[in-house]
Amino acid sequence: MDGVHDLGGKIGYGPVVVEADEPVFHEAWEGRVFGLVGLVTIATNAGTPAFRHAIERMDPQHYLESSYYEHWLTGSATLAVEAGLIDADELEARSGGFPLSRPLARHPVPSHLAAPAAPEPRFGLGSRVRVRNDHPMGHTRCPDYVRDRVGDVVRVDPGEPVPEIEAHLGRIEREPTYCVRFSMAELWGDDGGTGDSLCIDLYERYLEEVS
Amino acid sequence: MSDGHHHPEPMSDVERRVHALETLLAEKGLVNEEFIDDMVQAYAQDIGPMNGARVVAKAWVDPAYRERLLAEDSTPAIGELGFGGAEGAHMIVVANTPEVHNVVVCTLCSCYPWPVLGLPPSWYKSPPYRSRMVREPRVLLAEMGCEVPDDVEIRVWDSSAEARYLVLPERPAGTEGLSEDELAALVSRDSMIGVARL
Repeated sequence: MDGVHDLGGKIGYGPVVVEADEPVFHEAWEGRVFGLVGLVTIATNAGTPAFRHAIERMDPQHYLESSYYEHWLTGSATLAVEAGLIDADELEARSGGFPLSRPLARHPVPSHLAAPAAPEPRFGLGSRVRVRNDHPMGHTRCPDYVRDRVGDVVRVDPGEPVPEIEAHLGRIEREPTYCVRFSMAELWGDDGGTGDSLCIDLYERYLEEVS
Repeated sequence: MSDGHHHPEPMSDVERRVHALETLLAEKGLVNEEFIDDMVQAYAQDIGPMNGARVVAKAWVDPAYRERLLAEDSTPAIGELGFGGAEGAHMIVVANTPEVHNVVVCTLCSCYPWPVLGLPPSWYKSPPYRSRMVREPRVLLAEMGCEVPDDVEIRVWDSSAEARYLVLPERPAGTEGLSEDELAALVSRDSMIGVARL
Protein backbone atom coordinates (compact mmCIF):
# COMPACT_ATOMS: atom_id res chain seq x y z
CA MET A 1 0.00 0.00 0.00
CA ASP A 2 1.14 3.53 -0.69
CA GLY A 3 1.21 4.22 3.04
CA VAL A 4 3.14 6.42 5.41
CA HIS A 5 5.67 3.62 5.99
CA ASP A 6 6.80 3.72 2.33
CA LEU A 7 9.34 6.43 3.03
CA GLY A 8 11.99 6.02 0.33
CA GLY A 9 12.67 9.38 -1.34
CA LYS A 10 10.06 11.35 0.58
CA ILE A 11 11.06 14.90 1.47
CA GLY A 12 10.71 16.94 4.64
CA TYR A 13 11.75 14.66 7.49
CA GLY A 14 14.80 16.70 8.43
CA PRO A 15 18.13 15.61 9.88
CA VAL A 16 18.93 12.14 11.18
CA VAL A 17 19.13 12.39 14.96
CA VAL A 18 21.70 10.04 16.47
CA GLU A 19 21.44 9.22 20.15
CA ALA A 20 24.91 8.70 21.63
CA ASP A 21 25.46 5.39 23.45
CA GLU A 22 21.89 4.34 22.80
CA PRO A 23 20.75 1.32 24.84
CA VAL A 24 19.15 -1.63 23.02
CA PHE A 25 15.95 -1.04 25.02
CA HIS A 26 15.35 2.44 26.44
CA GLU A 27 12.73 1.34 28.92
CA ALA A 28 11.56 -2.00 30.26
CA TRP A 29 8.30 -1.85 28.27
CA GLU A 30 10.20 -1.87 24.96
CA GLY A 31 11.75 -5.23 25.83
CA ARG A 32 8.36 -6.57 26.93
CA VAL A 33 6.87 -5.54 23.57
CA PHE A 34 9.78 -7.15 21.70
CA GLY A 35 8.95 -10.45 23.43
CA LEU A 36 5.16 -10.05 23.20
CA VAL A 37 5.34 -9.64 19.41
CA GLY A 38 6.93 -13.09 19.20
CA LEU A 39 4.16 -14.58 21.36
CA VAL A 40 1.34 -12.84 19.46
CA THR A 41 2.59 -13.79 16.01
CA ILE A 42 2.89 -17.43 17.14
CA ALA A 43 -0.56 -17.42 18.79
CA THR A 44 -2.26 -15.79 15.78
CA ASN A 45 -0.28 -17.81 13.25
CA ALA A 46 0.70 -14.52 11.62
CA GLY A 47 3.85 -14.40 9.57
CA THR A 48 6.13 -11.41 9.24
CA PRO A 49 4.18 -10.00 6.25
CA ALA A 50 0.91 -9.90 8.24
CA PHE A 51 2.69 -8.28 11.18
CA ARG A 52 4.34 -5.69 8.94
CA HIS A 53 1.02 -4.94 7.31
CA ALA A 54 -0.65 -4.45 10.70
CA ILE A 55 1.92 -1.70 11.35
CA GLU A 56 1.49 -0.26 7.85
CA ARG A 57 -2.23 0.14 8.58
CA MET A 58 -1.58 2.45 11.55
CA ASP A 59 -3.10 5.91 11.37
CA PRO A 60 -0.38 7.91 9.55
CA GLN A 61 -0.23 10.61 12.21
CA HIS A 62 0.11 8.01 14.97
CA TYR A 63 2.81 6.21 12.94
CA LEU A 64 4.92 9.33 12.60
CA GLU A 65 4.47 10.50 16.18
CA SER A 66 5.14 7.20 17.90
CA SER A 67 8.33 5.29 18.61
CA TYR A 68 9.38 2.10 16.90
CA TYR A 69 8.29 -0.20 19.73
CA GLU A 70 4.95 1.60 19.88
CA HIS A 71 4.53 0.51 16.25
CA TRP A 72 5.22 -3.06 17.34
CA LEU A 73 2.76 -2.71 20.23
CA THR A 74 0.03 -1.36 17.95
CA GLY A 75 0.66 -3.98 15.26
CA SER A 76 0.68 -6.93 17.65
CA ALA A 77 -2.44 -5.74 19.53
CA THR A 78 -4.22 -5.28 16.19
CA LEU A 79 -3.33 -8.82 15.12
CA ALA A 80 -4.48 -10.22 18.48
CA VAL A 81 -7.84 -8.40 18.22
CA GLU A 82 -8.37 -9.35 14.56
CA ALA A 83 -7.65 -13.00 15.37
CA GLY A 84 -10.22 -12.90 18.17
CA LEU A 85 -7.68 -13.63 20.91
CA ILE A 86 -8.59 -10.51 22.86
CA ASP A 87 -11.31 -7.90 22.79
CA ALA A 88 -10.73 -4.33 21.60
CA ASP A 89 -13.17 -2.89 24.16
CA GLU A 90 -11.34 -4.61 27.01
CA LEU A 91 -8.01 -3.30 25.74
CA GLU A 92 -9.50 0.16 25.63
CA ALA A 93 -11.05 -0.11 29.10
CA ARG A 94 -7.92 -1.39 30.78
CA SER A 95 -5.52 1.05 29.16
CA GLY A 96 -7.65 4.18 29.06
CA GLY A 97 -7.19 4.44 25.29
CA PHE A 98 -5.61 2.03 22.83
CA PRO A 99 -5.45 3.17 19.20
CA LEU A 100 -5.37 0.15 16.89
CA SER A 101 -4.51 0.00 13.20
CA ARG A 102 -7.13 0.54 10.53
CA PRO A 103 -8.98 -2.49 9.07
CA LEU A 104 -7.69 -4.42 6.11
CA ALA A 105 -8.63 -3.10 2.68
CA ARG A 106 -11.60 -4.86 1.13
CA HIS A 107 -9.55 -5.93 -1.90
CA PRO A 108 -5.93 -5.91 -0.70
CA VAL A 109 -4.37 -8.03 -3.47
CA PRO A 110 -4.94 -7.39 -7.19
CA SER A 111 -5.11 -10.59 -9.22
CA HIS A 112 -1.68 -10.13 -10.78
CA LEU A 113 -0.03 -10.03 -7.33
CA ALA A 114 -2.06 -13.02 -6.11
CA ALA A 115 -1.07 -15.25 -9.04
CA PRO A 116 0.55 -18.62 -8.26
CA ALA A 117 4.32 -18.44 -7.80
CA ALA A 118 6.71 -20.08 -10.24
CA PRO A 119 9.95 -21.39 -8.73
CA GLU A 120 12.15 -21.15 -11.85
CA PRO A 121 13.72 -17.72 -12.46
CA ARG A 122 12.40 -15.86 -15.51
CA PHE A 123 15.29 -13.38 -15.51
CA GLY A 124 19.04 -13.82 -15.30
CA LEU A 125 22.11 -11.82 -14.39
CA GLY A 126 22.29 -8.71 -16.54
CA SER A 127 18.59 -8.77 -17.52
CA ARG A 128 17.16 -5.29 -17.97
CA VAL A 129 13.91 -5.06 -16.07
CA ARG A 130 11.22 -2.49 -15.45
CA VAL A 131 9.35 -2.44 -12.14
CA ARG A 132 5.63 -2.80 -12.77
CA ASN A 133 3.52 0.19 -11.84
CA ASP A 134 1.27 -1.68 -9.39
CA HIS A 135 -0.37 0.13 -6.47
CA PRO A 136 -2.00 -2.57 -4.34
CA MET A 137 -4.24 -1.56 -1.42
CA GLY A 138 -2.71 -4.27 0.75
CA HIS A 139 0.77 -5.40 1.74
CA THR A 140 3.62 -5.30 -0.75
CA ARG A 141 7.39 -5.12 -0.54
CA CYS A 142 7.75 -3.08 -3.70
CA PRO A 143 8.42 0.51 -2.65
CA ASP A 144 6.84 3.29 -4.68
CA TYR A 145 10.11 5.00 -5.59
CA VAL A 146 11.26 2.17 -7.89
CA ARG A 147 7.97 1.66 -9.74
CA ASP A 148 8.15 2.18 -13.49
CA ARG A 149 11.96 2.49 -13.29
CA VAL A 150 14.43 0.42 -15.32
CA GLY A 151 17.42 -1.35 -13.80
CA ASP A 152 19.76 -4.32 -14.21
CA VAL A 153 19.60 -7.64 -12.40
CA VAL A 154 22.85 -8.04 -10.45
CA ARG A 155 21.94 -11.08 -8.35
CA VAL A 156 19.30 -13.82 -8.53
CA ASP A 157 18.21 -15.25 -5.18
CA PRO A 158 16.43 -18.54 -4.62
CA GLY A 159 12.73 -18.65 -3.84
CA GLU A 160 11.31 -16.64 -0.97
CA PRO A 161 7.68 -16.53 0.20
CA VAL A 162 5.68 -13.99 -1.80
CA PRO A 163 4.66 -11.30 0.75
CA GLU A 164 1.28 -10.46 -0.82
CA ILE A 165 0.22 -14.12 -0.82
CA GLU A 166 1.49 -14.80 2.70
CA ALA A 167 -0.05 -11.65 4.21
CA HIS A 168 -3.47 -11.85 2.58
CA LEU A 169 -4.06 -15.43 1.42
CA GLY A 170 -2.26 -17.14 4.30
CA ARG A 171 -0.15 -19.40 2.10
CA ILE A 172 3.58 -19.79 1.57
CA GLU A 173 4.44 -19.72 -2.12
CA ARG A 174 8.03 -19.14 -3.09
CA GLU A 175 9.40 -17.34 -6.12
CA PRO A 176 12.81 -15.92 -7.00
CA THR A 177 13.81 -12.44 -5.91
CA TYR A 178 16.23 -10.28 -7.84
CA CYS A 179 18.70 -7.69 -6.69
CA VAL A 180 18.16 -4.89 -9.21
CA ARG A 181 20.59 -2.02 -9.60
CA PHE A 182 19.37 1.44 -10.62
CA SER A 183 21.34 4.56 -11.37
CA MET A 184 20.44 7.54 -9.19
CA ALA A 185 19.61 9.47 -12.36
CA GLU A 186 17.03 6.79 -13.33
CA LEU A 187 15.36 7.14 -9.92
CA TRP A 188 15.58 10.87 -9.32
CA GLY A 189 16.22 12.55 -12.64
CA ASP A 190 18.93 15.15 -12.93
CA ASP A 191 19.07 15.56 -9.14
CA GLY A 192 20.53 12.10 -8.98
CA GLY A 193 23.07 12.81 -11.69
CA THR A 194 26.13 11.25 -10.09
CA GLY A 195 27.81 7.90 -10.46
CA ASP A 196 26.03 6.63 -7.36
CA SER A 197 23.63 3.71 -7.53
CA LEU A 198 20.96 1.86 -5.62
CA CYS A 199 20.43 -1.88 -5.30
CA ILE A 200 17.12 -3.29 -4.10
CA ASP A 201 15.67 -6.80 -3.80
CA LEU A 202 12.44 -7.33 -5.73
CA TYR A 203 10.12 -10.30 -6.18
CA GLU A 204 9.74 -11.65 -9.69
CA ARG A 205 6.07 -10.58 -9.95
CA TYR A 206 7.09 -6.95 -9.54
CA LEU A 207 9.22 -7.04 -12.70
CA GLU A 208 8.87 -7.19 -16.47
CA GLU A 209 11.64 -7.60 -19.00
CA VAL A 210 12.72 -4.61 -21.06
CA SER A 211 13.68 -5.57 -24.59
CA MET B 1 -7.73 -3.91 37.45
CA SER B 2 -5.51 -1.82 39.67
CA ASP B 3 -1.91 -2.79 40.02
CA GLY B 4 -0.34 0.43 41.18
CA HIS B 5 1.64 -1.42 43.79
CA HIS B 6 3.76 -3.01 41.04
CA HIS B 7 4.66 0.40 39.67
CA PRO B 8 5.80 3.01 42.12
CA GLU B 9 6.06 5.52 39.26
CA PRO B 10 2.79 6.34 37.50
CA MET B 11 2.61 4.50 34.20
CA SER B 12 2.87 6.43 30.95
CA ASP B 13 0.14 6.05 28.32
CA VAL B 14 2.18 3.55 26.36
CA GLU B 15 3.08 1.57 29.48
CA ARG B 16 -0.63 1.32 30.31
CA ARG B 17 -1.25 -0.08 26.83
CA VAL B 18 1.56 -2.62 27.12
CA HIS B 19 0.22 -3.66 30.51
CA ALA B 20 -3.33 -4.01 29.16
CA LEU B 21 -2.21 -6.17 26.22
CA GLU B 22 0.03 -8.28 28.41
CA THR B 23 -2.59 -8.94 31.12
CA LEU B 24 -5.28 -9.82 28.56
CA LEU B 25 -2.92 -12.22 26.82
CA ALA B 26 -1.85 -13.67 30.18
CA GLU B 27 -5.48 -14.38 31.07
CA LYS B 28 -5.67 -16.48 27.90
CA GLY B 29 -2.54 -18.34 28.95
CA LEU B 30 -0.56 -16.83 26.10
CA VAL B 31 2.25 -15.11 27.99
CA ASN B 32 5.42 -17.09 28.48
CA GLU B 33 7.68 -15.12 30.82
CA GLU B 34 10.72 -17.20 30.02
CA PHE B 35 10.31 -16.58 26.28
CA ILE B 36 10.15 -12.82 26.81
CA ASP B 37 13.07 -12.75 29.25
CA ASP B 38 15.20 -14.89 26.94
CA MET B 39 14.47 -12.64 23.95
CA VAL B 40 15.32 -9.48 25.89
CA GLN B 41 18.46 -10.93 27.40
CA ALA B 42 19.73 -12.30 24.08
CA TYR B 43 19.50 -8.99 22.25
CA ALA B 44 20.42 -6.77 25.20
CA GLN B 45 23.59 -8.72 25.95
CA ASP B 46 24.65 -11.54 23.67
CA ILE B 47 23.85 -10.53 20.10
CA GLY B 48 25.27 -7.26 18.81
CA PRO B 49 27.84 -5.57 16.60
CA MET B 50 30.70 -7.32 18.40
CA ASN B 51 29.68 -10.36 16.34
CA GLY B 52 29.93 -8.50 13.04
CA ALA B 53 33.27 -7.02 14.11
CA ARG B 54 34.66 -10.54 14.46
CA VAL B 55 33.49 -11.40 10.95
CA VAL B 56 35.15 -8.28 9.56
CA ALA B 57 38.43 -8.77 11.43
CA LYS B 58 38.68 -12.38 10.25
CA ALA B 59 38.05 -11.31 6.66
CA TRP B 60 40.90 -8.80 6.99
CA VAL B 61 43.48 -11.35 8.15
CA ASP B 62 42.35 -14.51 6.34
CA PRO B 63 42.12 -14.20 2.52
CA ALA B 64 40.46 -17.60 2.13
CA TYR B 65 37.79 -16.63 4.65
CA ARG B 66 37.29 -13.31 2.89
CA GLU B 67 36.68 -15.15 -0.36
CA ARG B 68 34.08 -17.43 1.26
CA LEU B 69 32.48 -14.43 2.96
CA LEU B 70 32.12 -12.52 -0.30
CA ALA B 71 30.53 -15.46 -2.10
CA GLU B 72 27.04 -14.83 -3.44
CA ASP B 73 25.56 -16.03 -0.10
CA SER B 74 27.60 -15.01 2.96
CA THR B 75 25.46 -16.93 5.44
CA PRO B 76 27.66 -20.08 5.57
CA ALA B 77 30.89 -18.10 6.17
CA ILE B 78 29.22 -16.06 8.92
CA GLY B 79 27.93 -19.33 10.36
CA GLU B 80 31.52 -20.60 10.63
CA LEU B 81 31.94 -18.14 13.50
CA GLY B 82 28.75 -19.36 15.15
CA PHE B 83 26.47 -16.50 14.09
CA GLY B 84 23.05 -17.09 12.57
CA GLY B 85 19.37 -17.19 13.41
CA ALA B 86 16.48 -14.74 13.29
CA GLU B 87 16.77 -12.12 10.52
CA GLY B 88 19.90 -13.88 9.30
CA ALA B 89 18.64 -16.72 7.11
CA HIS B 90 20.18 -15.06 4.06
CA MET B 91 23.01 -12.64 4.81
CA ILE B 92 25.08 -10.91 2.17
CA VAL B 93 28.33 -9.08 2.83
CA VAL B 94 29.19 -6.22 0.49
CA ALA B 95 32.81 -5.08 0.47
CA ASN B 96 33.99 -1.49 0.34
CA THR B 97 36.82 -0.91 -2.13
CA PRO B 98 38.79 2.14 -3.25
CA GLU B 99 36.07 2.57 -5.92
CA VAL B 100 32.85 1.74 -4.03
CA HIS B 101 31.38 2.69 -0.65
CA ASN B 102 28.36 0.63 0.42
CA VAL B 103 25.58 1.72 2.77
CA VAL B 104 22.49 -0.17 3.96
CA VAL B 105 18.93 1.03 4.58
CA CYS B 106 15.42 -0.41 4.85
CA THR B 107 12.97 2.15 3.46
CA LEU B 108 9.82 0.11 4.23
CA CYS B 109 10.52 -0.91 7.82
CA SER B 110 13.66 -1.86 9.75
CA CYS B 111 15.34 -4.89 8.12
CA TYR B 112 18.80 -5.42 9.58
CA PRO B 113 21.14 -8.42 9.99
CA TRP B 114 20.38 -9.26 13.63
CA PRO B 115 22.89 -12.14 14.10
CA VAL B 116 25.86 -9.88 13.31
CA LEU B 117 24.65 -6.41 14.36
CA GLY B 118 21.91 -7.05 16.95
CA LEU B 119 18.83 -4.82 16.90
CA PRO B 120 19.06 -1.60 14.91
CA PRO B 121 19.55 1.81 16.53
CA SER B 122 16.60 4.24 16.55
CA TRP B 123 18.02 6.46 13.82
CA TYR B 124 18.20 3.50 11.40
CA LYS B 125 14.43 3.02 11.85
CA SER B 126 13.59 6.73 11.68
CA PRO B 127 11.77 8.50 8.81
CA PRO B 128 14.71 10.87 8.10
CA TYR B 129 17.18 8.02 7.51
CA ARG B 130 14.74 5.82 5.59
CA SER B 131 13.49 8.63 3.35
CA ARG B 132 16.79 10.31 2.57
CA MET B 133 19.41 7.57 2.24
CA VAL B 134 18.01 6.34 -1.07
CA ARG B 135 17.60 9.85 -2.49
CA GLU B 136 20.62 11.84 -1.39
CA PRO B 137 23.11 9.38 0.12
CA ARG B 138 26.14 11.61 -0.38
CA VAL B 139 24.52 14.58 1.34
CA LEU B 140 23.16 12.49 4.19
CA LEU B 141 26.41 10.61 4.77
CA ALA B 142 28.28 13.93 4.96
CA GLU B 143 25.74 15.22 7.47
CA MET B 144 26.36 12.10 9.54
CA GLY B 145 30.10 12.76 9.49
CA CYS B 146 30.97 10.29 6.74
CA GLU B 147 32.76 12.03 3.88
CA VAL B 148 32.97 9.86 0.77
CA PRO B 149 35.48 11.10 -1.82
CA ASP B 150 33.90 12.37 -5.05
CA ASP B 151 35.56 9.68 -7.14
CA VAL B 152 34.11 6.88 -5.00
CA GLU B 153 30.71 5.48 -6.04
CA ILE B 154 28.17 5.24 -3.25
CA ARG B 155 26.09 2.08 -3.57
CA VAL B 156 22.93 2.05 -1.47
CA TRP B 157 21.35 -1.30 -0.55
CA ASP B 158 17.61 -1.17 0.27
CA SER B 159 16.80 -4.45 2.03
CA SER B 160 13.25 -4.97 0.84
CA ALA B 161 13.06 -8.78 0.55
CA GLU B 162 14.76 -11.50 2.61
CA ALA B 163 18.46 -10.70 2.14
CA ARG B 164 20.12 -8.82 5.00
CA TYR B 165 23.25 -6.81 4.25
CA LEU B 166 26.48 -6.22 6.17
CA VAL B 167 29.18 -3.85 4.91
CA LEU B 168 32.79 -5.04 4.99
CA PRO B 169 34.79 -1.85 5.59
CA GLU B 170 38.29 -1.44 4.16
CA ARG B 171 41.07 -2.33 6.57
CA PRO B 172 42.56 0.92 7.88
CA ALA B 173 46.14 1.75 6.91
CA GLY B 174 48.76 1.22 9.59
CA THR B 175 47.09 -1.80 11.18
CA GLU B 176 49.46 -4.40 9.76
CA GLY B 177 50.84 -5.49 13.12
CA LEU B 178 47.53 -5.86 14.93
CA SER B 179 46.02 -9.17 16.00
CA GLU B 180 42.55 -10.28 14.93
CA ASP B 181 41.17 -9.32 18.37
CA GLU B 182 42.78 -5.88 18.19
CA LEU B 183 41.40 -5.39 14.69
CA ALA B 184 37.88 -6.40 15.80
CA ALA B 185 38.02 -3.67 18.44
CA LEU B 186 38.49 -1.09 15.65
CA VAL B 187 35.33 -2.11 13.78
CA SER B 188 32.36 0.10 14.65
CA ARG B 189 28.69 -0.78 14.16
CA ASP B 190 28.29 2.28 11.95
CA SER B 191 31.09 1.16 9.63
CA MET B 192 29.23 -2.13 9.08
CA ILE B 193 26.01 -0.26 8.20
CA GLY B 194 28.04 2.02 5.96
CA VAL B 195 27.45 5.38 7.66
CA ALA B 196 31.07 5.59 8.82
CA ARG B 197 34.48 4.89 7.28
CA LEU B 198 37.38 3.55 9.33
